[in-house]
Amino acid sequence: MKLLTHNLLSSHVRGVGTRGFPLRLQATEVRVNPVEFNPEFVARMIPKVEWAALVEAANTLHLAEIPTEPAEGYEHDEAFLRKMHHVLLEVDVLEGTLQCPESGRLFPITRGIPNMLLNEEETET
Amino acid sequence: SNHLGLKLNKTEKKFLRKQTKAKHTLLKHEGIKAVSYATQSLVVANGGLGNGVSRKQLLLVLEPCGHVEALFMPPNKPYSLVRYKTVEESRKAYTTLNGKEIVDDLGQKIILYFNFVEKAQWKNLELQALPPDLKIVEEIISSEDERVLLESINWTQDTDNQNFEKSLKHRRVKHFGYEFCYKNNNVDKDKPLPGGLPDVCVSFLEKWLKEGYIKHKPDQLTINQYEPGHGIPPHIDTHSAFEDEIASLSLGSEVVMDFKHPDGVTVQVMLPRRSLLVMTGECRYLWTHGITPRKFDTIPASEQRKGGIITSDIGNLTLCKRGMRTSFTFRKVRHTPCNCSYSSVCDSQRKETPPFFPKSDMEALQLEQEHVHQVYEEIAQHFSSTRHSPWPHIVEFLKALPSASIVADIGCGNGKYLGVNKELYMIGCDRSQSLVDICRERHCQAFVCDALAVPIRSGSCDACISIAVIHHFATAERRVAALRELVRLLRPGGKALVYVWAMEQELNNQKSKYLRGNRTSQGKKEEINSDASMEGLLVKQVPDLGNEDSESSVPSINDLQEGGYQSRNITNSKLPIHTNRTSFHSQDILVPWHLKGIHDKDGVVEPFGPVRSSETSPVFHRYYHVFCGGELEAACQTLGDVSILQSSYDQGNWCVILQKL
Repeated sequence: MKLLTHNLLSSHVRGVGTRGFPLRLQATEVRVNPVEFNPEFVARMIPKVEWAALVEAANTLHLAEIPTEPAEGYEHDEAFLRKMHHVLLEVDVLEGTLQCPESGRLFPITRGIPNMLLNEEETET
Repeated sequence: SNHLGLKLNKTEKKFLRKQTKAKHTLLKHEGIKAVSYATQSLVVANGGLGNGVSRKQLLLVLEPCGHVEALFMPPNKPYSLVRYKTVEESRKAYTTLNGKEIVDDLGQKIILYFNFVEKAQWKNLELQALPPDLKIVEEIISSEDERVLLESINWTQDTDNQNFEKSLKHRRVKHFGYEFCYKNNNVDKDKPLPGGLPDVCVSFLEKWLKEGYIKHKPDQLTINQYEPGHGIPPHIDTHSAFEDEIASLSLGSEVVMDFKHPDGVTVQVMLPRRSLLVMTGECRYLWTHGITPRKFDTIPASEQRKGGIITSDIGNLTLCKRGMRTSFTFRKVRHTPCNCSYSSVCDSQRKETPPFFPKSDMEALQLEQEHVHQVYEEIAQHFSSTRHSPWPHIVEFLKALPSASIVADIGCGNGKYLGVNKELYMIGCDRSQSLVDICRERHCQAFVCDALAVPIRSGSCDACISIAVIHHFATAERRVAALRELVRLLRPGGKALVYVWAMEQELNNQKSKYLRGNRTSQGKKEEINSDASMEGLLVKQVPDLGNEDSESSVPSINDLQEGGYQSRNITNSKLPIHTNRTSFHSQDILVPWHLKGIHDKDGVVEPFGPVRSSETSPVFHRYYHVFCGGELEAACQTLGDVSILQSSYDQGNWCVILQKL
């Protein structure tokens, strides 16, 4: 699971609503997979990211520090884009958990796959 | 490259090439890893019992090079493993015997190729045990009794004389007590044959009962006569036809019988002449048994007449020429349905009642769990292998999205759309862990979830696709709920593409690919041509034949035994089972999936002849609600926060493109 995917995931346990985001990340195995750098792609992705959640996830994994928000003109800051490229697209969480910040429900990540299945009682109806 | 440091002539070069090829083949098919340095052990490609090379013959070739410590000849394999006392001897064999030509028992030329292997390879040839509940009683009758029994069979009676003798394709059979019918692999229990079992047999049976070899008195006898080279396909005796105990007397010649567990474990069992094989329990109900048609069997070299498994000492096997074998198989006809604990292979228990049309949300959920979720878990590998070509219109939709769009594929299956446009950030999810595993192997971003509860934050996606998913929800409310969940993920202005299977498989007099899939190859050609002339095909690729979510690689089979339903739109009633490659007669249906090809990778001789194995491919039934024209649009309109940008019919599917307001 890449951190960009983590940035899109939200707990969907019944009743948590928007408070299910962001999922707390705990990783026991992380791999870095090189991905070809595409500055335009990364620049376009930046505004779609929930920034605070990304900063928190990157800190959890002890990755290079990210600014609290993208600086003005980031589209042209290659060093920044490269860093974000690495954080968003190259870091891959293989084993760990995601935890719903509201209900505490834990979702396992195994072999890079989050299992987000809920049982019937947990499902929003 | 000349690794022997010699100048090679043309023939030697050819041998070297073949030797290298043999090395690769052994690694690929047998997991035997050859090494480039000299060791004590060699693998002898083509020098195996499976090629008709006998132990004696191979030793004649090997021994001149040195002292053979051990020679392992695995049954049915086209190679052997030999261990010399010293590396020097082994090296000598390697350099002098490579390309050695010998003649097998049938007079065919065989060329041997040698490669060094590590000792560790030997343990691959593991020990095996007899199948559970199998008994062999050796020398149960005397040679004199054997002669009497064999002479008692009158094979020459007239065929119109109701002697129930048949010459099957690969053996002669004769029935007593009841006739066994090969059409349905059962007996007509209301029609016992006059005369019952032969008197000569009855006295033996009584003796065996008294001595405890068998527990029940049989009332049916089938005599089979096999010439060398004849066999019987692997089969399980029909559960509903006979009671637990099956006893088979081997006369005239020994034979090797192959027993196979559904998991793929195969055990070869030697049935000596004048022995009684008694199968009960697991062995009778779950394992298949059969005789491979061949002229030679692989048997232990030292104790040739002993019954039991063949691979217990593979250092000690040789070939044995088969003789004419006659078997007397005694069974007891069953008069009540079988209630064994092997329901997966039990015809009495197989006829599960088809599920009912769901009357509540709870029933709908149960139906989906059993006939959607569980089925996809079971068929994931085979399903995925039939889903390789992305559909053109869906690719077109994905390629038209702006770069760096975030796109969710809800119900992504094996992830075949997740990588079609590298300019997108695509994430996929599916209810089936097995299918998500396949996505992940393809290095796609995917997770496991239900389409009614997608763990993606609202408004985060630029686009979504839902391909062949909504039709798996069993009530109108749940289908709308799935669409609502899909739209929730979209940002305002974001687009969703939805495909569902259509009730109408023929529109404007044109049959869908799904219906056309059962045509002859000529029809197939036309179909591809007509594809090219269809509007809107942007991708030059022949898509899967058939519906996005239909069974396309497997020929259609009418499930007659499970039929008996009427074609109508039903509520409060059993769900009909659809016949593949035919029009739909009901909107809520079960579509059979014939699971193929996972178990039979060992290349054993295929079954043949009139006696079909009951070990057929398992059938799974997937629930579908096929959509009528306008139904998908109507469902989308109830959502309120979307507009329908486009609505169309594509090869038997209804599709819409929605835009979030």
